[in-house]
Amino acid sequence: MAMSLGFHIIFAMVSMAMPLLMVIAEWQWLKTGQEVYLTVAKRWAKGAAIFFAVGAVSGTVLSFQLGLLWPAFMAWAGPIIGLAFSIEGFAFFTEAIFLGIYLYGWQKVSPNAHLAAGMVVAVSGIISGVVVVMANGWMNTPRGFTLVDGIPSNIDPIAALLNPSGLLQAPHMILAAFAAVGFAVAGIHAFLLLRHPDHPFHQTAFTIAAAVGCISALLQPLSGDFLAKRVAEFQPMKLAVFEGQVHTQKGAPFRLGGIWNSDKEMFDYVLEIPYALSLMLHLDPQGEVQGFKDFPKEHWPPIGLVRTAFQIMVFIGISMMFLALWATCLVFMKKNIFQSKAFLKAMVFATPLGFLATECGWVATEVGRQPWIVVGYVKTAEAVTPMPGLNIPLVFFAGLYTFLAFIVVWLMLRHVAATPGQFEMNPRTNLTALT
Amino acid sequence: MIDLETTLAIALLVSLTFYVLMAGADFGAGIWHLLAHGPSRRDQHHLIGEAIGPIWEANHVWLILIVTILFTAFPTAYAQISVTLHIPLTLLVIGIVLRGSAYAFRHYDIRHDELHVRWDQLFALASLISPFLLGIIIGAITAGSFPISPESFFEGYLSNWLQPFPLAMGLLALVFFAYLAAVYLILETQDSSLQEIFRKRAITAAICAGLLGEIVFFLGQEGASYLWGDMTNSLWGGLIIFGTVVFTVASVRFLFTRHYWWARTCAILQVILTIWAWGLAQFPYLVPPYLTIYSASSPAITLQFMVIALIVGACLLFPSLYYLFRIFKEDSILGLKHAPKKPADT
Repeated sequence: MAMSLGFHIIFAMVSMAMPLLMVIAEWQWLKTGQEVYLTVAKRWAKGAAIFFAVGAVSGTVLSFQLGLLWPAFMAWAGPIIGLAFSIEGFAFFTEAIFLGIYLYGWQKVSPNAHLAAGMVVAVSGIISGVVVVMANGWMNTPRGFTLVDGIPSNIDPIAALLNPSGLLQAPHMILAAFAAVGFAVAGIHAFLLLRHPDHPFHQTAFTIAAAVGCISALLQPLSGDFLAKRVAEFQPMKLAVFEGQVHTQKGAPFRLGGIWNSDKEMFDYVLEIPYALSLMLHLDPQGEVQGFKDFPKEHWPPIGLVRTAFQIMVFIGISMMFLALWATCLVFMKKNIFQSKAFLKAMVFATPLGFLATECGWVATEVGRQPWIVVGYVKTAEAVTPMPGLNIPLVFFAGLYTFLAFIVVWLMLRHVAATPGQFEMNPRTNLTALT
Repeated sequence: MIDLETTLAIALLVSLTFYVLMAGADFGAGIWHLLAHGPSRRDQHHLIGEAIGPIWEANHVWLILIVTILFTAFPTAYAQISVTLHIPLTLLVIGIVLRGSAYAFRHYDIRHDELHVRWDQLFALASLISPFLLGIIIGAITAGSFPISPESFFEGYLSNWLQPFPLAMGLLALVFFAYLAAVYLILETQDSSLQEIFRKRAITAAICAGLLGEIVFFLGQEGASYLWGDMTNSLWGGLIIFGTVVFTVASVRFLFTRHYWWARTCAILQVILTIWAWGLAQFPYLVPPYLTIYSASSPAITLQFMVIALIVGACLLFPSLYYLFRIFKEDSILGLKHAPKKPADT
């Protein structure tokens, strides 16, 4: 299950963010009439189509797997949070319909209608992302029901949907998608720009992707900060694990690095910035931060894993922010961004970082929830299906997903490698070959 | 006034009807892809690829909708079905993944080489397996009597679907989908030699579907005794059986006389009648004899929100679908004989 989600998340992110990039490029084309923008939009659409399709089927798998693996959880949670999935279903429907129009309708509808179809794809992709993340937030901060004799009663699906975690997790996830995809696309074009400097196709593509990626990367630490405060309020133990706060403490420091030592129940090799954590969470250097030792040990998540994943996410997020600041400086100093080889190289290096950070953040939030599947109510082990021999389908799906991931990466490499040869700057003749 | 549970059950049945009419034909097209032979093999493949390209993703979302309605409105039934039918459901999911991925890898790739043949084969093979499993699953749900506390692995996870009735339902689904696809494909092309090929196939498939339908009906008296007693012994049951036979015969006749638009209409009506007859026989059971739409349903407030969400969703969905089909399928739906459009080079 975790694996399917981890796999799906990448495709969902691409499906959320790529339409925005394509729409920007197409809109620029309508505005300026320069063919190069249209070429960029079409190339991106062709590449993204693979991600959309695989994302669609892996999403279908997920809707089944929820029941196949966690039947008891689904029977329990269905009435409360199922509404979110129904909304998601319709958003997904809209996305699929207009995606069909977008991918196949270049010659069939007017340019404005085509652009509008792209916008619908972008918006519905974001909506379905938001709803799913809110449903996930509900597992962290369950709301909208009361337990009467172990049975959820007084159900309020709207309150469940608008749970405190979900509301802040959603923008964090969207920004993550935009930043990760923006950086990934920009990275690929940066790589090709290093090989073929002054290629207008790659320059245009790089500019759009980097702009989206950088703006999101600059906003992301802010959203992360809001989210951390919310976690501190509603799930203090989880935050303590994130931040490596073992004991409750006033004037807590912000800790960098560290390896969890489960025998001594403390972190080794930690670098501390005094008072920083208290200042971040409470805007007061003497604010009190709860440590996770205040909570019963059987409710602890795997501490080393959660903490490491969280650290990697924060580290990458900050690196991406600095890259974005670098880009901003270059733009403000009115330098030609494409002249700076060092910047382009850094962007190439950053290609996979956003996805890596998202996967880490996802591990942190989901493993950080363990041993619960619905925090405070249902434990993961209680919800799993009674069917024996579960290893067989799990191993099989692992193999299947590895295979699909391998194929997608390979197809993308072909896609990238095909660019310069087929793309002499005469898009008109080449475009017919693409559609 | 219809109650909330029935409204949602109807929504389930409507979604299933659309799924069979649209995605079913998608699967069927995949089957014909596998069976394509002769000198026009490449043209047949091309026609199939072109026909399903813009709409296949939207077609398959119906399934997601079915699953989400079931999960939200009837969670107990959803949980029970996913436990007992774990194995065929998992296999179905694998089939769907491979099919979609193979199609995407084949058609959205930037270069063209021999590997595409392999993707095509995978696509076609998965198209064959998935509807078979889908039929098995529906058959097993119809038969019901899921074990509550199974004593062995076989009893708990295999015995319910490894039965003559569900397996026959699987075959029926396969043939039905192939039949639908053949009838649709005739109207997707202007090339009369291709039309002739699919005309012959549609006739064969229609006759096979008719015969298999009888076999399923016969097996159902044993295998799904809870529901099918009503069907055979009542007036409306007799009318429905008569109706499906009439539509089959009419469709074959129109195929012989090359009235393709009418043949397709009859095929669609036949499918709708079959599904709704099944739904009516099933009512009010979800999984007989324990789970009905009342005993398995969520609390009323969830159902209310669900109905609202479905109404709002439908208001967005149907105009969008209409728009999609108007753009890509106007000619074939109305059966217009325009000058053939220049096929895009792939």
